[in-house]
Amino acid sequence: MSTLDTLKQGETATIQTFNDAFLSLKLIEMGCLPGETVKLAYTAPFGDPIAIEVSGYTLSLRKQEASTVVVSVNTKN
Amino acid sequence: MTNPLPHISIALVGNPNSGKSTLFNSLTGLNQKTGNYAGVTVDKHYGTYKYNNTSVTVTDLPGTYSLFPKSMDEEVACKALLSEGEKVDVAIIVVDASNLKRHLLLATQVIDLKMPCVLALNMIDEADKSNITIYVSELEKLLGIDVIPIDSRNKKGIEDLQKAVVKAKISNTVFYNFEKQKELLPDCASYTDIIKEDLSVKGLNTNAVNDFELADNIHRFSTINYIIAKCVKQPQHVNKSVTQKLDQFFTHKIFGFLFFLLILFIVFQFIFFIAEYPMSWIEDGFLFLMNFTSGILPKGQLNDLIVNGVLAGISGIVVFIPQIALLFFFIAILEDTGYMARASFILDKLMRRFGLNGKSVIPMISSVACAVPSIMSTRTIMNWKDRMITILVTPLISCSARLPVYTLLIGIMFAGKESLGIFSYQGLVLMGMYLLGFAAALIAAIVLKYVLKTKEKSYFIMELPVYRKPQLQTVIMLVFDKVKVFLFDAGKIILAISIILWFLTSHAPGNAFSTIEKNALAQQTIKQVNKYELNSQKLEASYAGILGKKIEPAIKPLGFDWKIGIALITSFAAREVFVGTMATIYSTGDTENSETLREKLMSEKEYETGKPVYTSAVCWSLLVFYAFAMQCMSTLATTYRETKHWKWPAVQLVFMSGLAYLSSLLVYTVLS
Repeated sequence: MSTLDTLKQGETATIQTFNDAFLSLKLIEMGCLPGETVKLAYTAPFGDPIAIEVSGYTLSLRKQEASTVVVSVNTKN
Repeated sequence: MTNPLPHISIALVGNPNSGKSTLFNSLTGLNQKTGNYAGVTVDKHYGTYKYNNTSVTVTDLPGTYSLFPKSMDEEVACKALLSEGEKVDVAIIVVDASNLKRHLLLATQVIDLKMPCVLALNMIDEADKSNITIYVSELEKLLGIDVIPIDSRNKKGIEDLQKAVVKAKISNTVFYNFEKQKELLPDCASYTDIIKEDLSVKGLNTNAVNDFELADNIHRFSTINYIIAKCVKQPQHVNKSVTQKLDQFFTHKIFGFLFFLLILFIVFQFIFFIAEYPMSWIEDGFLFLMNFTSGILPKGQLNDLIVNGVLAGISGIVVFIPQIALLFFFIAILEDTGYMARASFILDKLMRRFGLNGKSVIPMISSVACAVPSIMSTRTIMNWKDRMITILVTPLISCSARLPVYTLLIGIMFAGKESLGIFSYQGLVLMGMYLLGFAAALIAAIVLKYVLKTKEKSYFIMELPVYRKPQLQTVIMLVFDKVKVFLFDAGKIILAISIILWFLTSHAPGNAFSTIEKNALAQQTIKQVNKYELNSQKLEASYAGILGKKIEPAIKPLGFDWKIGIALITSFAAREVFVGTMATIYSTGDTENSETLREKLMSEKEYETGKPVYTSAVCWSLLVFYAFAMQCMSTLATTYRETKHWKWPAVQLVFMSGLAYLSSLLVYTVLS
């Protein structure tokens, strides 16, 4: 298990659970549901914030916020 | 006998980026107004249209992602939808057809409020282009309400939507998690009650409501997944290559910043240099009008009030229009294309440490031209605290009205000593003043980051919308709206203050003025009395002159005499008025040319000691004072308009003037 902020560019993962109650409410209404696939699209020039692809659109969030999202990294097949 | 037209009131509700505002423009055209919701800083946009025999009032609610608000804007949208305040008869739920899954969350929540609804399936053209097929009648069946495909940008489907609105129905389907509600919130009889409970307990222990929200949203999304599977056919890979390629460029380590700098440069050129032309046309036009009016009206008090009080005041308001219009022209394009979200994204880390937002950068750079349009442009900052900090610190940045003051003072200080090697002293000091302004703004921002308290939680979870072509109508509507809001809301405060200032400088207690005029007439036989000298004597005798003398003890420690005191009072209208007032006091004529004034000031000697008055200590002290002091009624009026509370302009006035006083005191004490 790792967290969303540790993904490398282009890597995909599946959302498992959340560590922060308030942020989880916000993230879920933005389409970050447990079981949903996310992909790290790109990062900002200073490495933070990051942009992810989820539920068919692009979402940006800070690394600290991404670190509250527990994911399992998908292995390439 | 004719019956009055039946009237219904509808609200547009949807996620940000659902194209809600474009739809609002398409529905109402020019019949729209901007008002405000009670007690909050959110603007209320409403308008009207007629369909058959029904007159319809439309309110464009602030964008929201769900009915459990996470920000003040969202709270306003929820409360309005629950008909707190004005009654809403029908809700048009606006969704992005190419992004249906996420948008259906809010849609199903609104349906659960058991109010008549219509779903506007917006951006159907983009869905078509991405080969997404939506089975509308199937979707209608599952949601229980009418679904109308529209393309608000090209005004397609608008009439179908209007037709559906007048026969909108309440859905029989229930989407919320009934079991969880019974378990966690047994006192709530309906979904509406749950939302009301959430709105009323904000800030208290909201565990039960939060737990419900979490369980309900997960429950909802599983229903939505079923709906999507039934109603939407989409290709495996949605083609978004254009947005992806543009993002690679706009968020690139080097090109991303270079492009942002280019945007800043263009915006800056327009509001700093290009805006000068229309601004001087407006000023010349008003001067002509003032001379003309003064000529046709009978001489006297009323003439003076209308010409130098009212017309001069209105001129001082209208002159802001070019800068406001140009800045919002660019901001509307940047927002409408989706670029603004990227600018915010690449700058976030840099600005975060100052308690600011990526979107604070454009307002702050623009305030080198003028703080008024800059403060208005902070509307794009969604987070309340970031927005307040930006509004409060922006006026510290040296604006173009300070330039004439700086030029005059630097000219006195470095007369004869033109350069240091290849650099001119003037240029170096001027640059130093601009840097001082930026540094002060950033330091003040850091302080405010710790001082300002908010119950709104801060986060940076933001949608990066797909790039779209900017729409002329959207851009023009925004520019018009901003100009109108400034003219009528901030304008009336500015006009009131300028009339007060006019009264202070043009009136004197008793018959002081007529004595001065009589003396002048008596002297005329001996020598020709200069018109400028007469004006100088009058200003000294006026209420403003008396006030200037009254405050002399307070400003003496800064090295200022009563003559500067008068200029401090009059330049509350705008900083550049300092130069004009000094010219009047020193009888050099109220001209643009500060050359003669500079010489006059340099040769000014103290009466008792014969030492020069404008020493470098005094000049430095004045420079620093004008860098920091809140000497601008228009900025205060704009801050009031944008924060809807007198507290904030008062805070600005006290903290900036306090900072100016202490800094000048320090500078003068050290240098003299």
